[in-house]
Amino acid sequence: MTNRFRTASGGRIDRAAPLSFRFDGQTFSGFKGDTLASALIANGVHLIGRSFKYHRPRGFLSAGSDEPNALVNVARDAARAAPNLRATQVELHEGLKAQSQNRWPSLSFDAGAVNDLASPFLPSGFYYKTFMWPAGAWKRFYEPKIRAMAGLGVAPELPDPDRYTQNHAHCDVLVVGAGPAGLAAALAAAESGARVILCDEQAELGGSLLSEVSATIEGRPAAEWLAATLASLAARDNVTLMPRTTAFGYFPHNLIALAERVTDHLATPGADLPRERLWQVRATEVVIAAGALERPLVFPENDRPGVLLADSARTYANRYGAKVGERAVIFTACDAGYRAALDLKAAGVSIAAIADLRTEVSGELPARALAAGIDVRPSTVLVGTKGRLRVSSAQLAKVKNGAVGPAETIACDSVLISGGFTPSVHLFSQSRGKLIWDGAAGAYLPGTSVERERSAGACRGVHGLQRVLEDGYAQGEAAALASRDHASPARGATPAPATPSRAIPASAEDLGSAGFIGATPHGRNPALAKAFVDWQNDVTSKDILLATREGMRSIEHVKRYTTTGMATDQGKTSNMNTLGIVSEALDTPVPKIGLTTFRPPFTPTTFGLFAGAARGDVFDPLRKTAIHDWAAEHGAAFEDVGNWKRAHYFPRAGAGGRMEDMHAAVARECKAVRASVGMFDASTLGKIEIVGPDAAEFMNRMYTNAWAKLEPGRLRYGVMLREDGFVMDDGVVGRMAADRFHVTTTTGGAPRVLAHMEDYLQTEWPDLDVWLTSTTEQWSVIAVQGPKAREVIAPLIEGIDLSKEAFPHMCVREGTILGVPTRLFSVSFTGELGFEINVPSAYGRAVWEAVYAAGERFGITPYGTETMHVLRAEKGYIIVGQETDGTATPDDANLGWAVGKAKKDFVGKRSLARDAMSAPDRRQLVGLKTTDPKIVLEEGAQIVTDPAAPVPVPMLGFVTSSYHSAVLGRSIALAMVKGGRARIGQKLMVPMPTHAIEVEVVEPVFYDPKGERLNG
Amino acid sequence: MLIITCPWCGARPEVEFRYGGEAHIARPADPSALTDQEWADFLYNRTNPKGLHAERWRHIHGCGRYFNALRDTVSDFFVTTYKAGEARPDVDASSGGSK
Repeated sequence: MTNRFRTASGGRIDRAAPLSFRFDGQTFSGFKGDTLASALIANGVHLIGRSFKYHRPRGFLSAGSDEPNALVNVARDAARAAPNLRATQVELHEGLKAQSQNRWPSLSFDAGAVNDLASPFLPSGFYYKTFMWPAGAWKRFYEPKIRAMAGLGVAPELPDPDRYTQNHAHCDVLVVGAGPAGLAAALAAAESGARVILCDEQAELGGSLLSEVSATIEGRPAAEWLAATLASLAARDNVTLMPRTTAFGYFPHNLIALAERVTDHLATPGADLPRERLWQVRATEVVIAAGALERPLVFPENDRPGVLLADSARTYANRYGAKVGERAVIFTACDAGYRAALDLKAAGVSIAAIADLRTEVSGELPARALAAGIDVRPSTVLVGTKGRLRVSSAQLAKVKNGAVGPAETIACDSVLISGGFTPSVHLFSQSRGKLIWDGAAGAYLPGTSVERERSAGACRGVHGLQRVLEDGYAQGEAAALASRDHASPARGATPAPATPSRAIPASAEDLGSAGFIGATPHGRNPALAKAFVDWQNDVTSKDILLATREGMRSIEHVKRYTTTGMATDQGKTSNMNTLGIVSEALDTPVPKIGLTTFRPPFTPTTFGLFAGAARGDVFDPLRKTAIHDWAAEHGAAFEDVGNWKRAHYFPRAGAGGRMEDMHAAVARECKAVRASVGMFDASTLGKIEIVGPDAAEFMNRMYTNAWAKLEPGRLRYGVMLREDGFVMDDGVVGRMAADRFHVTTTTGGAPRVLAHMEDYLQTEWPDLDVWLTSTTEQWSVIAVQGPKAREVIAPLIEGIDLSKEAFPHMCVREGTILGVPTRLFSVSFTGELGFEINVPSAYGRAVWEAVYAAGERFGITPYGTETMHVLRAEKGYIIVGQETDGTATPDDANLGWAVGKAKKDFVGKRSLARDAMSAPDRRQLVGLKTTDPKIVLEEGAQIVTDPAAPVPVPMLGFVTSSYHSAVLGRSIALAMVKGGRARIGQKLMVPMPTHAIEVEVVEPVFYDPKGERLNG
Repeated sequence: MLIITCPWCGARPEVEFRYGGEAHIARPADPSALTDQEWADFLYNRTNPKGLHAERWRHIHGCGRYFNALRDTVSDFFVTTYKAGEARPDVDASSGGSK
């Protein structure tokens, strides 16, 4: 296709570099420097999408990131597909493939457009008011159907193959926006010696200067000044220029999030480049130079393809050499319409008429329009447009004394509208700065700053090119100066009025701050006229009036009721007009109505950007023990315990080569430990070394147990409480020396326990001379458990007398194993004779393999966490966090024996003295035996006396652990039951969805109740 | 993300720290001398002010030390930080945020 709507010359496109691209399967051509939008417009294509709710044909409204209509899907392949991209921001590259969205079967014939005909029946809140019956149908039926009809793009179903990186940066001054104000600010800050980052969402830096054809700055054409300024900035070591980079979020203490699009504009991206980069910039000072957004006028049928913002049409002509049509009608409330008319006329677009909402039309631009022979009509409104897939005519009418006269139809293929400019206060507002209504400017402007930032140029209501440049320069200088003070207050500061140290003379048309907010009068039947306020969410002025009639007063309620401003463009083009309509309907001034909240992101941001590298294997840190690889090589199945991978069980090939399931493997492992010997990797246990002259006193205060008399070389099972008296952690503690303890904690509790200890040591008892060191990663722990345990390790150990008499249960000795220093614990979590071999982690696997080899003649069996759980449950040993839930006292968990009654104080002791903590009906640890030994209860199941009792059935407690015990040949369970110890011998019921299971309450020790096996 | 000034290490980003609850609540020297009500006050009752709040923070991914901070709960800005054991500085919320 030809570029029929391309100007003969001019623009910033590279006419020597033609590019071919596809839109909805059709091939077009454009030029390097085009956006998808400008290239389509140059080809005469305006129909770009269907609207969200009514499926109305839509065209381009703007030329920038405020575009509400032109959302497309751009796909390199099935996985690299990005929906909902604004065609106005998509840079053209060779072979680009774009698709329109929200239409079926095609853009020009969309079956969903029936919604538009039915629109009188689809007012705001229609869905909620209508699809209420039958109950439940909303979720199952109505909502999915409605969502399929209304909608935006479709996310790709394949994993994203692209890379996204995340970077941090620091600077003295961050300037957001590289229009005239931002450029001048960056220049001033850089000349003051500050480290400057200048970012802009567009591919080219320059902002509004990129659309200037007649303006001059410092005696040169604006484009020349821009090139020279950019070159001078780029040449500086202290300046970083970041095009294609959107400042999308302003977070506390000047942390600004930038999204940099790195490869989307490249036909063949290099494999070494990420698709996008997230920059977290910590700036000492920020200059916001975000400019202003042109406001549409709200009049009937203002949404047809071919209706564009006037200044955007000017940008298409001046910057891209693309004419929006052949014959345009202009509807304006400010001089922007005239400026666009003059530039478009110069580009070869005929201007049919300018309808000006204002009664008085004067000034330089209107005079020039009249001189150019343009039909200028003051006090005139557009009361409608016609055309199916493109506007074909506009209806103009005079307004006299508030009454709209008869309409005159003027044929045209484009309608250019301008309601003035809205300062872009999004980032300022995100920084929690307070906005102030400026009646003269008819806009909300930045007021008091909360962060160390200042606004410059059009985003704070400054207009006129020279004033904007000089304001930018002054704010840049002020920011650079302020950035030298790193301690100045961030809060409640109002940036001092700044005067630039030098003038930047410039000449350009000054559009002033005139404009209009609200809906223009049209005199038509309001029920039949659709005047759009929010193009993207299909909200009309009628919807907003309906909301006020139905009682909405707060703008936040109007917003949520009508969904205006809630689309992906966050109301960039609609917020102010909504306010204007509500203000008029309620006869309340705009500042009394308030303003909706601006939230990040400024424009939609990809999930990939936030995920960065944190996906797949590196989503979360993975912790592996030194023995992990051995377990993997021996076929272990693993389970996640916190970030640890722990061997769950070791399945073996059984008869016929079939692998054991977990049940079979665990049964075999349990029997092996009880009958001979097993080995278990306990390295994940938390370990803390507590050292110092006051170590024993500190242990006394932190644990319930008495430590003073524990001799070096002995172990003790310790219980730790929170100050509220409930069990927090437990573990075996070895006294290595008078001033040194080797403390173990639960696998998941290690960081919590260390933090708890540090808290008391640092803030309550700083006088204690104690050091705490986490040693979890330093020790590998190999548990050797079973009647043959001593015989297995004996040949490997040197320097320790392993005899029963010299090394009884619950002792620790230091010696060597295979020449490696070891702390050898005689300890058991299985009820069998057992040892835990602590060796430095670097030797963990070597020692493990040596023990395995030494155990071969006894059939040593490696076992996993599941077997460990069964074996300890057979013995009634609790697991903190499984039997206890943060509301169990030591006595509840059968650990009353571990509480040092004679101790004057320890953490939690005072709480235990409360009456409620020793009430007889507290839930207590007991064992449960099902009457049918084959039934294994469900962990978490409730326990009652009578399942047939009226609801709510009184609950006595719940099952905390439940297993099949291969050694006992029956199921076993532990439970917390109200007054449980007094119920031993009673029958209780465990109700399940289909039936209730009878259980007997028993002592929580199922195996070797006298503990005779511990000593081998 | 806030910048928090550790009195030992200097200004660091918020992610290096962990909140530690209200400051200047000393554990009673002899808890057994307290009534249940007094003990409950110590354990659970906190001031929860609107405005300046003295609170504990720990530089968990740094020096590991607990320290105290005065933070304005309205603006979420830190007014000052100081070492554990030092008295609460006599400043008001208007003395500005800290960087």
